[in-house]
Amino acid sequence: MDGLRTTLSFFVDPIKYLVDLPSVLLDQIIDSATTYRTLKLENESLREEQLIHQTKLLKFAALEKENIRLRALLENSFKLGEQVLVAELLSVNMEPYEHIVVVNKGTRFGVHPQQPVLDANGVVGQVFRALPFSSEIMLITDPNHAIPVQVNRNGLLTIAVGSGQLNKLVLPYLPSNADIRPGDLLITSGLGGTFPQGYPVAVVDEFTSQPNKAFASITATPKALLDRNRELMIVWSKSIPVPFISKSVTSEAGSPVDAIK
Amino acid sequence: MRLNNYVGFFRIILTLVLAMGLRIAPLPPSLAVLNPDWVLLVLIYWSLAMPERVGIFHAWTFGLLTDVLTGRLLGQYALAYSLIIYICLKLHKRLRQFPFLQQGVFIFFCLLLSQLLLFFIKNLQHPAQLHASFWLPVFTGTLSWPVVYALLGFVSFFRRK
Repeated sequence: MDGLRTTLSFFVDPIKYLVDLPSVLLDQIIDSATTYRTLKLENESLREEQLIHQTKLLKFAALEKENIRLRALLENSFKLGEQVLVAELLSVNMEPYEHIVVVNKGTRFGVHPQQPVLDANGVVGQVFRALPFSSEIMLITDPNHAIPVQVNRNGLLTIAVGSGQLNKLVLPYLPSNADIRPGDLLITSGLGGTFPQGYPVAVVDEFTSQPNKAFASITATPKALLDRNRELMIVWSKSIPVPFISKSVTSEAGSPVDAIK
Repeated sequence: MRLNNYVGFFRIILTLVLAMGLRIAPLPPSLAVLNPDWVLLVLIYWSLAMPERVGIFHAWTFGLLTDVLTGRLLGQYALAYSLIIYICLKLHKRLRQFPFLQQGVFIFFCLLLSQLLLFFIKNLQHPAQLHASFWLPVFTGTLSWPVVYALLGFVSFFRRK
């Protein structure tokens, strides 16, 4: 059946791109109408931002290697660096009751179902269906979506379920005495295997214990700008675990890392 | 004339493709729940205006394409559309004689039947918890029937020339 869908999508995908065309044109018109001054200001602020990010990254490489080495000592496998593909959102509306968006990259670019999708601020969702020239992405706020998360502060594991509203996630499986409070950052826990570990997902909003029920009612706001971003990143996480560093390999430091990268 | 035939054929296809475009138009969420099933409305129009040319095959094909377009279970819209076009074809002679209001009532029930079928199929997949606004496209579709009728009437008027 997937073959039939793929074949039919060759006829249907042009319609998606056609519907998307007005918003692309509008963006281009707005782009060409920005003045030299605003462009220059934007450029300056971006350069500053890049400088800050680069200084933060300076130590990151060293820390990553150190982390891998420490994990190897603990005989623990660790997922390594990811590869990303930038995909652009097509402004089409599939179904009003589902949070599924369409992007302009498909199996032609190696996209496959269940790939995690991120934006600059956090996790957006996962690839739901990949067609040759477009793919459908289920957002984390879709009522049918659940994502395994972890409280960054103390490592508490739970599941965040979509609520059907673009600015709200629900954490239905935590007891009333769980150590979680408003403002806590939730990151992906890496359990379940779909999402790589350590990406920010949401910030806890509200925690109310319900004395008459087993679980507390907790809501969180997604970090990703689900309704504003046009650029999304589709991630390939390398699922090959790093082999335990045996004695022969430890002598040439870091070689398993390079082999996988 | 043969050439005229092709022109007429492409006109039908073009209007259906436009309807498919409207089906996935990027509307704000509050309006998106109101977006009627344009493909079905256009199919109904053509099956009443040109029953010798637009039939169940067209309905089934465009239903399948709509399934792919909106990422539904394959065959869901195909089933609904072909059933409704079958009814329209059976009744097209009588429907053409109907006054406009009565036609509107018929369109309302067609759209309702299609939505009911979709609801039924959704329920088969997994128990669906749907908002009451799931039924709104039936009403907006009926209200937009005069627009479809007028616009496509304009299109098919030029065909006769």
